[in-house]
Amino acid sequence: MKKIKKIKIKINGKIKSLNQDSNLSLVLKNLKIPLNKVAIELNEEIIDKKKINKIKLNKNDKIEIVHFIGGG
Amino acid sequence: MVNLKKDSLIIANKKFNSRLIVGTGKYKSMTECAKAIKLSGAEIVTVAVRRVNISDKNKPLLMDYIDPKKITYLPNTAGCFNSKEALRTLRLAREIGGWKLVKLEVLGDKKNLFPDMIETLKSTEVLAKEGFNVMVYCNDDPLMAKRLESSGADAIMPLAAPIGSGLGIQNKINIQIIRKQTKLPLIIDAGLGQASDATIAMELGCDGVLVNTAIAKAKKPFEMALAFKNAVIAGRQSYKSGRIDKILMGNPSSPSKGII
Repeated sequence: MKKIKKIKIKINGKIKSLNQDSNLSLVLKNLKIPLNKVAIELNEEIIDKKKINKIKLNKNDKIEIVHFIGGG
Repeated sequence: MVNLKKDSLIIANKKFNSRLIVGTGKYKSMTECAKAIKLSGAEIVTVAVRRVNISDKNKPLLMDYIDPKKITYLPNTAGCFNSKEALRTLRLAREIGGWKLVKLEVLGDKKNLFPDMIETLKSTEVLAKEGFNVMVYCNDDPLMAKRLESSGADAIMPLAAPIGSGLGIQNKINIQIIRKQTKLPLIIDAGLGQASDATIAMELGCDGVLVNTAIAKAKKPFEMALAFKNAVIAGRQSYKSGRIDKILMGNPSSPSKGII
């Protein structure tokens, strides 16, 4: 069987190892991210949350997932 | 009696009954924060944009405690030290769910937390062009306030004193000058320490005050939230009622005619 190639990406500053061609939507689902309460950046560009199904992740991609917290 | 019911605070065409805006930081817990907000009567709360904790999926979320459908979230740029960071933060905030009303705060110094007004001005221009409604944290400088107004700010928010200092309004004259020159909502942001500071701000003619630390870090935050609510109402009523002129000498309150 052909071995699936792994890639390394960064999510919120933490390195994660994923299968090559992983889908962004699946990654967010695995992290249990509530999509209606966050915003997502891929390599410093804001991602339209409606289109995450179509986004495949590549080596060294940087994802930022942010939400609202208490602040003054 | 002053009819305060018709005396709404209007920011970017949105009407609010409360003139007190509160921050959601520095509370012991989200439950405490939510209760203090309720007691304060605030309809707008500031919130920060930060990374989701991806290693703790069960961490409580602010939105589960404070319903953004009932309370207006005002995303801020706290912790941003240049225009690039501030713009990135607010564009992300808008993406979370359509937040157009935002608080811009670009700091210039990590110790005194004074705003960097050059970066603030640049950011205001860009945000206004991108369709944001920008409430701008700024210095108590009338000239800079004017520049912000012509750059498209929706509210001018001068500091009373450094953020979190609790020193109260340090420069009443500047605040009054800014009041005289602008029709934009003028909101004192930062530096208040106790409820009477809010009353003074309102008596100077400000349209509202923004308080975080003074409530969150009070020994009894719930009581202080209530005190600020009342203080803002008292200050507004006092301002609208027209104070007496100040005179140097005494003026008896009882008639001198008919003294035995």
